[in-house]
Amino acid sequence: MSTPFYVSPQQQMADRAEYARKGIARGRSLVVLQYADGIVFVGENPSRALHKFSEIYDRIGFAAAGKYNEYENLRIGGVRYADLRGYTYDRDDVTARGLANVYAQTLGTIFSSAAEKPYEVELVVAEVGETREGDQIYRLPHDGSIVDEHGSLAVGGNAEQISNYLDQHHNDNMTLAEALKLAVRALSRDTNGTEREIPAERLEVAVLDRTRPQQRKFKRIVGRQLSRLLDEGGATDAASDTEEDAGPTPQSGGDVE
Amino acid sequence: MDFLSEHQPEILPGNRQLPPTQGVVEAPHGTTIVAVTFPGGVVLAGDRRATMGNVIAQRDIEKVFPADEYSAVGIAGTAGLAVEMVKLFQLELEHFEKVEGATLSLEGKANRLSTMIRGNLGMAMQGLAVVPLFAGYDVDREKGRIFSYDVTGGRSEEHGFAATGSGAVFARGAMKKLYHDGLTEEQATTLVVQALYDAADDDSATGGPDMARRIFPIVTVISDEGFRRLTDEESSVIARSILEKRLEQPDGPRAALL
Repeated sequence: MSTPFYVSPQQQMADRAEYARKGIARGRSLVVLQYADGIVFVGENPSRALHKFSEIYDRIGFAAAGKYNEYENLRIGGVRYADLRGYTYDRDDVTARGLANVYAQTLGTIFSSAAEKPYEVELVVAEVGETREGDQIYRLPHDGSIVDEHGSLAVGGNAEQISNYLDQHHNDNMTLAEALKLAVRALSRDTNGTEREIPAERLEVAVLDRTRPQQRKFKRIVGRQLSRLLDEGGATDAASDTEEDAGPTPQSGGDVE
Repeated sequence: MDFLSEHQPEILPGNRQLPPTQGVVEAPHGTTIVAVTFPGGVVLAGDRRATMGNVIAQRDIEKVFPADEYSAVGIAGTAGLAVEMVKLFQLELEHFEKVEGATLSLEGKANRLSTMIRGNLGMAMQGLAVVPLFAGYDVDREKGRIFSYDVTGGRSEEHGFAATGSGAVFARGAMKKLYHDGLTEEQATTLVVQALYDAADDDSATGGPDMARRIFPIVTVISDEGFRRLTDEESSVIARSILEKRLEQPDGPRAALL
């Protein structure tokens, strides 16, 4: 005969949170950055078939770190929610905020239900607006909370270190090539400070581009376009040093406020 | 659609209970849609008229819609039902693409549309038929293809050109005489407007180019670059040049006798 141990609710939640956090940190990091014409998702992903980023609706993209089967489930749920809503009402009535709320509910319920193990996922739901001010990025940690993000963020792996690096170097007026270059630099920094090379074929890149003429703004960047952008970023880094002298002054003013 | 039928079956058109009616229900009907292939793609076009009995219900209705990046549907028949069917079709293609991460094959899309039309058979028996024309660029075979349907959902691939709707007989006659294998994109767009002009000439339910109100046929081109709808400007240029010629020759271009 054994009597069950008493575990305080605090302890129980802390254990579950730690379990989920560890699972998320095991995966590779991914970053989401705002740039002049939209939002770019960059991650290291050796697989061509299992995507970390995907389209939810016209202006809404989805990124996830953690366990593939769990976030894939949530992704399909999100697509269904968005499509059904857009069909019954109007395409404009599907918003990132609404979707983030649904995800928060789902994750929160799973996290606090004793019958299920918590999901080891961290999601990002991003919506590109008509202007940069209209962009919305929501981060959804494993416990169902919602964090409203601006500028740049990283999830999964050593996210904290990467977001610090991004915070220091990111500005909203970057071109796609610059943002991409920055993202790759941030991702290639290891925990011990050394850098390693991430080849283009191991990168997964997608954008929500507000200048795209189609209604659906989500686009994957692959193959030649990706390597061209990576090269271009490198070339402009060197070539536009002089031009950029004028650039950072007003931007750093903006950062301070 | 499978998801919808599981979770909210009542919003699917095929699942609605119809009240018993006497005679034919009066509702706006869309009329003529034509399509022509050319090396490099396909052109799909439609006139702008909707009729209800002998009344013109709408002069500037749009009856050609993009289904996805590489295909389009033109609809003839009951306008309200047809527009909803197209909406559902677009939704389904997009949903499939997002969930599976790959687009359906052109054949797959054509088959899907076929099932949807069959689902509408009950309504069709009451006089509310929807008969679309589906055209798309087949990325695997690298050519434009046209599929036509009947009310029961029967699907058949058309080679070269096709038409549906009340003015189809006359449009097809015109296209038969004007079509040849090596059309350019520009010739193909002119050809469809010629065909619509001829249909409007002989069929009261088809509207010709309306110069006074500046309402011109909707002309769309689908090629390896995807779906593109000609602007009103481009469409009016074609319509004007045809009208110009028709002032001298009202029946349009003449084919050789032998």
